[in-house]
Amino acid sequence: MVLAESGFSSPRNDAFPAGLRVLVVDDDPTWLKILEKMLKKCSYEVTTCCLAREALNLLRERKDGYDIVISDVNMPDMDGFKLLEHVGLEMDLPVIMMSVDGETSRVMKGVQHGACDYLLKPIRMKELRNIWQHVFRKKIHEVRDIESLEGFESIQMTRSGYDLFDDGHFLSGDDTTSGRKRKDADNKHDDRELSDPSSTKKARVVWTVDLHQKFVKAVNQIGFDKVGPKKILDLMNVPWLTRENVASHLQKYRLYLSRLQKESDIKNSFIGMKHSDLPSKDSTASFGPHKAMNMIPDDVPNGTYSFSASNSLAQNVDLKGQGDLKGITSAPVAEPKGALSIDIHDSHEAKSTQMSFDHSLGSVDSAVSFASFNSTTPLQYPWTEIPEIQFKQECEPLHLENGFSQLPLPGPSMIENEANRSRIEVKPLLDECRSNFVEHLGPVGAEDLFPIQSKSQSLNNQVFDLISATKSSMKTQDVGLNYLADSEFALRNLNASGVGVPLATLSEDLQICWLQGDCYPMNYGLQDLECSTYDNPGLMAETPFHLYDVLRFDHEHLFDPTEYYAIDQGLFA
Amino acid sequence: MDGYGMQNQIACIRRSLFDQGYLDEQFIQLEELQDDANPNFVQEIVTLFYTDSTRLIQNIELTLNSRPINFSKLDDYMHQFKGSSSSIGAKKVTSECAVFRQYCAAGNAEACIRNFQHIKQEHAILRKKLEFYFQMMGQAAVAQTR
Repeated sequence: MVLAESGFSSPRNDAFPAGLRVLVVDDDPTWLKILEKMLKKCSYEVTTCCLAREALNLLRERKDGYDIVISDVNMPDMDGFKLLEHVGLEMDLPVIMMSVDGETSRVMKGVQHGACDYLLKPIRMKELRNIWQHVFRKKIHEVRDIESLEGFESIQMTRSGYDLFDDGHFLSGDDTTSGRKRKDADNKHDDRELSDPSSTKKARVVWTVDLHQKFVKAVNQIGFDKVGPKKILDLMNVPWLTRENVASHLQKYRLYLSRLQKESDIKNSFIGMKHSDLPSKDSTASFGPHKAMNMIPDDVPNGTYSFSASNSLAQNVDLKGQGDLKGITSAPVAEPKGALSIDIHDSHEAKSTQMSFDHSLGSVDSAVSFASFNSTTPLQYPWTEIPEIQFKQECEPLHLENGFSQLPLPGPSMIENEANRSRIEVKPLLDECRSNFVEHLGPVGAEDLFPIQSKSQSLNNQVFDLISATKSSMKTQDVGLNYLADSEFALRNLNASGVGVPLATLSEDLQICWLQGDCYPMNYGLQDLECSTYDNPGLMAETPFHLYDVLRFDHEHLFDPTEYYAIDQGLFA
Repeated sequence: MDGYGMQNQIACIRRSLFDQGYLDEQFIQLEELQDDANPNFVQEIVTLFYTDSTRLIQNIELTLNSRPINFSKLDDYMHQFKGSSSSIGAKKVTSECAVFRQYCAAGNAEACIRNFQHIKQEHAILRKKLEFYFQMMGQAAVAQTR
């Protein structure tokens, strides 16, 4: 059987699905513990974390260390959908989303972002029992893909046949499948020619910024309509990259573009953002069905992530342009401190900014995440998150056609209504955003957010970040007491230099309260808890490392309030 | 009271919690998760919930006390709180949360404030009941070992 020669031969899969390595991400400690227990009962290997960022770190540190990720949609530090995209693109792992909210639109969003399933809380164990099917399914598809490609090449089919496959791969999902099936049929007997099982296990290609640039450049050069994995691969001239890598990346790219288009079709922005001054230097018609494709190559070398659709809606996520767009903040924006440098190209501003804002529809995150694969640097976060935040703030609809006038920079009321966790997310993003090239995007998000936000809020966010950093350093199961994520609460606690009582003692107290059956001790216990949380510096001392990182960022990257004001002025001019 | 009598009483307490709508099926899920590896699982979870929910309640309180009220933030917190409450099967609490969110969506500050009082009450009542329940279980366990 095909699987036998795939990565399934690795030890952990002998008793599949037992031993399935699951990463659970949820900021609710109670749910985290429950899910962990449920998954353990399914004989899965469970790792938990309560922050999306932490999850991404874990995933990046141990590539191939997990089989599947389950994440809550509402996370304090990063939108669950964003995490979803990251994971899907960087690690190519199946991701299951969870939420209390079962609204159809949310579920749909989850699926659009690539979730292989969407579970509603409260979650039953039986729902978790079957999550292995997603892993299985993915493996099958991967294997089929790999084998068909490798077998194909090993057979050295004729050129025409090669191109045929290429086209088949390109045309549509169906064609791809049929192409693959054709491959399978043809190559079944050639299976043994495939590399040994351990190497057919797909090595995850990290689509770094550079790599993706090359990819997009190649795509544009070929012409989106005519593109195919082989052509792209040839143009890219990356020796170690396989056609299969390109093919799957192309598939994702297409999905991403089509999703963007759908979203832009559906949505209209309702908050006009007066960018009349900024876009003026850009071609107003830039939204047309342009040869965005042709434009892009110019940007590519500089790290622009230009995702252009070949159709009428030029969805060019020239994130670089964003920085330029905000003339006021172009200064801070222009300094990429990180590994990747992005130049700001005026010529593409229009499209790019439009695009970037368009993407704020929520699909941009994928655009951004597309761009920010560099798994080697944590700098990615802000890169992808900023726009996301920004977009979330605005509420989905982002209109493509009218350019900046449609830019969703909602007024305060919008923010009030729309900003969910995104507000909280801002600060951490901002912090990191400052620290790398992605800062170009930063201002965009920042501008959207900060003018609206009060300074105290941003301060709160800092604190929140501080606290969540603290949070993340502790095991969630036993740290209920230490969750002081609320900014105000945290502020108080910080002032008192206490972050939490040593968990053991406190939980003991509580347990005793429970057992003794005194009704009142519970209240007492609570008070005790509350008081004690102020008093214990121990915990602070225990987590200096994490706090330090956060603090460092805070210090370095705190947005100057005057900057906000300036931005505000510019944006709302 | 002998062990058996206590068991009976405990069973009654437990049943009433369900009958009176304080707990729902999720609580049973928790009970089913309890095993030799985690013999006090349910109690641990409930404890964890009440600890964490304190924080959430404070967040909501603060938000309700601020002027102007940030309804979006409020909804966020309540969403979290509701999700958390659902984890232990706190039925009444969860349904009050749903009502709250409606008021919140409508921007009805007064109703939110009023409703939140209900939520806190239900939250506290359930805690006491569960506390008592676990206490009885503890005593029964002790009684059985005699």
